[in-house]
Amino acid sequence: MSDRVPVLKIGDILLVSIQIDLEDQMVLDLQDDLSQQIVATSARGVVIDISALEIVDSFVGRMLATTAAISRVLGAETVVVGMRPAVAMTLVELGLSLGGVRTALNLELGLGYLRRAQVSPPASP
Amino acid sequence: MRNYPADEASREEVAIQASGDVVKARQTVRLLAQQAGLSLVNQTKLVTAASELGRNTLIYGGGGTAQAAIVRDVARVGVWVRFADTGPGIPDTELALTDGWTSGSGMGLGLSGARRLVDEFELDSTPGVGTTVTVLKWAR
Ligand SMILES: Nc1ncnc2c1ncn2[C@@H]1O[C@H](COP(=O)(O)OP(=O)(O)OP(=O)(O)O)[C@@H](O)[C@H]1O
Ligand SMILES: [Mg+2]
Repeated sequence: MSDRVPVLKIGDILLVSIQIDLEDQMVLDLQDDLSQQIVATSARGVVIDISALEIVDSFVGRMLATTAAISRVLGAETVVVGMRPAVAMTLVELGLSLGGVRTALNLELGLGYLRRAQVSPPASP
Repeated sequence: MRNYPADEASREEVAIQASGDVVKARQTVRLLAQQAGLSLVNQTKLVTAASELGRNTLIYGGGGTAQAAIVRDVARVGVWVRFADTGPGIPDTELALTDGWTSGSGMGLGLSGARRLVDEFELDSTPGVGTTVTVLKWAR
């Protein structure tokens, strides 16, 4: 019951790879852990690898969107990587567009995006 | 929804009393969907719908049961899933099926989204008696 998804730190990036079908409490714990770890490690980026996930329902979808929003406020950019095509098709039909969530096809592209985002921060108005 | 004959040997029942049971229900439905020969996309859609409905059974219905079976029609095979609870019921089912309507803090996508993800959908609810949602997805 107290299982938690591990959060790995690689340089200034936090990496989470969701490997099992999560119950809702684990999803909420992960969101909390990530928020705390971003602050504790001064991370600039978060990568959430969901390539092993067979489904993303509204609960997990909401966690991804909320985590992306929280991390942005805390100064870190989140990229969700590895969404399976069947999951993407299902999410859209479910009605979840994940509009505010940056995605990349795989881990490598996600890390590349974060690296570029750090080299050239968006110009402040 | 018509009463399609079920393969009795495939029938499964999962008690939904805790959030781990929603995971169990998802896995049960996934196995049946594989056995029935649903495409990967259709498996994903059905399991996602089951996840939404199972969570509703737990959170709003106060727990209940999930039943699932492989069913047959003349020339097609599908998976039938029913979530039932004896909770407070839904006073206005049409409203509850509206995209974005929630009585709590959800996104109001569970019922309406689940309906889009399956081929057949039936919501029966009586205030004070309970709620039953039945879905079916055919293999194509
Ligand atoms: N089994 C049930 N018993 C009683 N009320 C229910 C049940 N299922 C759904 N409802 C009611 O219908 C509303 C809509 O359900 P729906 O699943 O669409 O959205 P939600 O659960 O509020 O949010 P989401 O599923 O997007 O997180 C719920 O807020 C709840 O009031
Ligand atoms: Mg719901």
